[in-house]
Amino acid sequence: MDRIDFQQLKSGEVNLGTSIMAVQFSNGVVIGADSRTTTGSYIANRVTDKLTHVHDRVYCCRSGSAADTQAIADIVHYYLQMATQTTGERPSVHTAASVFQKLCYENKDGLSAGIIVAGWDKEVGPSVYNIPLGGGLFRQPWAIGGSGSTYVYGYCDATYQDGWGRDQTVEFVKNTLALAMARDGSSGGTIRMCVITEEGVERLFIPGNELPQFWSGSEVLAAPKTKVVLDPQVAPMVVE
Amino acid sequence: MDHFPLNWGRPRNDAIDSYATFPIQQRPTHVPKDVFAAGIQHTQQPIVTGTSVLAIKFKDGVMMAADNLASYGSLARFRDIQRLVPVGEHTVLGAGGDMSDFQYIQGILDDLMIDEFAAGDGNTLGPAEVHNYLSELMYARRSKMNPLWNSLLVGGFKDGKRFLAYVDLLGTTYSASTLATGYGAHIAQPLLRSAVEGKEDTLTEDEARKIIEQSMTVLFYRDARSLDKYQIATVTAKGVHISDSRKLETSWSFAEGIRGYGAQTQ
Amino acid sequence: MTSIGTGYDLSASTYSPDGRIFQVEYANKAVENSGTAIGLKVKDGVVLAVEKLVHSKLLVPGANRRIQTVDRHIGLATAGLPADARTVGNRARDEASSHRDFYRAPPTLKTIVDRIGQFVQVYTLYSSVRPFGISTIMGAVDKDGPSLYVIEPSGVFYGYHGAAVGKGRQLAKTELEKLKLSELTAREAVIEAARIIYLVHEDAKEKQFELEMSWIGSETNGVHVPVPQDLFDEAESKAKEALVSGFE
Repeated sequence: MDRIDFQQLKSGEVNLGTSIMAVQFSNGVVIGADSRTTTGSYIANRVTDKLTHVHDRVYCCRSGSAADTQAIADIVHYYLQMATQTTGERPSVHTAASVFQKLCYENKDGLSAGIIVAGWDKEVGPSVYNIPLGGGLFRQPWAIGGSGSTYVYGYCDATYQDGWGRDQTVEFVKNTLALAMARDGSSGGTIRMCVITEEGVERLFIPGNELPQFWSGSEVLAAPKTKVVLDPQVAPMVVE
Repeated sequence: MDHFPLNWGRPRNDAIDSYATFPIQQRPTHVPKDVFAAGIQHTQQPIVTGTSVLAIKFKDGVMMAADNLASYGSLARFRDIQRLVPVGEHTVLGAGGDMSDFQYIQGILDDLMIDEFAAGDGNTLGPAEVHNYLSELMYARRSKMNPLWNSLLVGGFKDGKRFLAYVDLLGTTYSASTLATGYGAHIAQPLLRSAVEGKEDTLTEDEARKIIEQSMTVLFYRDARSLDKYQIATVTAKGVHISDSRKLETSWSFAEGIRGYGAQTQ
Repeated sequence: MTSIGTGYDLSASTYSPDGRIFQVEYANKAVENSGTAIGLKVKDGVVLAVEKLVHSKLLVPGANRRIQTVDRHIGLATAGLPADARTVGNRARDEASSHRDFYRAPPTLKTIVDRIGQFVQVYTLYSSVRPFGISTIMGAVDKDGPSLYVIEPSGVFYGYHGAAVGKGRQLAKTELEKLKLSELTAREAVIEAARIIYLVHEDAKEKQFELEMSWIGSETNGVHVPVPQDLFDEAESKAKEALVSGFE
């Protein structure tokens, strides 16, 4: 008899059932993530930082197994430091993404890692690379990932436009993540964002109680809007 | 887990997940659980997948087509990827199946072409050599129980001769004047055969393009993992040409008057 | 040769009392016995040219090439022992290939030269090996534009605008210095390269030779290829003309 196989994660493993995102704009990239880490339905950490530094101008957003993606990010961080020392210049985003890709592809049987690599380099300026589960490498103007992303593909397709500046891009990332977090039980907490440009990396933080709010009206159409309060002045009808 | 290209990117068990809405990692598998499960290395399954590739021979060479979609289960995740790539001067390679494996294959072939270029002996690899190399590669990997999860078409033109052949994750190869992988092998192949067989030496490029366009349209109508954005590659004596992405012309207006599913008239 | 008979020249792993490694210096002698090789880094590309001395009329024309291709965009010309040149060429190709494998991108010439420099240097450390008897000119057009390096038998390497190694290097260098290299196009540099090779050959009054030339530039789409026949012929005939007029 066939059963659904939930054994992708090793038993007891901590999962980043996540909403992550990266968007390229005219002179930089904005990356963002929620802050929830779960084991099953228990929130192991509600203030996780899933935006991980791998070099001065290259960050990654991690989804999948926390252990796997941390190990990969650490290894890539090491290789990029070595590359910097031997070449004497900052690695390109493509270089970083290629190293991530190589690790994810060659160990695909043992890893559960969906990683978005984004940053700025002097060759091509801002760029975003998506490395989904099997270890492919895809460059995109914007990328979303993690379990929460499936709920917001339509929103992103409908909203994203080429040629945005910094502020519009930050708004887009913030709104997309808030929508994903509202619908995905495995995502939540706060929104962390980074704006990566030639000049540097700027951290942005949206507390969990200040998230953008969207439609959250009554899900049951027939239900009354407010409770009916009886006027004490009106005496109940006397039963004869 | 199965070897049927038709099932790639589709739910393992329709009774559980008929529309493939589960994230891939939670799909049912046929592997029974046992105490050693954590220690066993599993053969991979395709994750980010491309669907059919079509190819035909015509008067001046070979024509190939594939859409621009890489699916993630039923999610149309990447909608502008290239599944047709040139390999050297005389060959085009089209791929269905796992896109990370396809990228890996591209890397290997690029390395091979650089080796050949660096030799500088005046020889170049043609489509027959590329196809044979791929068949050895695919068979070697399946024999390690770790196949490259693709079905590939190799088309080309060299020394005045057309070439068109197939190779898949098992190392199976065959050659014909019309070929199609995945869903295309079921739906497009009969159409291609009736349009091309016997006319390989008379079909013009325009006629060939028409046949390909019609077959891609039918595939778009009937393959739930397809896209109406696609590319056409031609290989002739002039070399490899891969078109920009183009859009299929589809027709739907006939459906406007359809009412109900039987006796209903309004 | 004050080194001979002192015993300090028998091994690359032994210094002489005044701090020299004679085996490395002898390797340089092997380079000096070889036909000249030059490289020109110009505005839009790099040109490599070699004076390949032909020691026998029985050899097939074009055999034993001294310019090799390392990667699509990297070329290599050597002066010295041809067999050593193959070894270094193979190593350079391996380095380029593994860089592509790891970073999914073509290597810059600097990274390859760096690795080859280390490779060559290791052969100056041990008594069990002999230093390479070649000087290697490497040229490329990469993401940072045209570049040109020379790797010597000691493993040391420098970047150049124009480089010359082998028998006629002194005269070749004087000729290169007269050129405004950064203003030339690769096409113009091919003409100059042929002229210089013919000039240094004439100067030495050597046996027969074959001119070998390759280039990388905007005209070749950034790919290292032999100079096309028509341009080669033009350059060769102009080189011969220049010789004749030079002697008048």
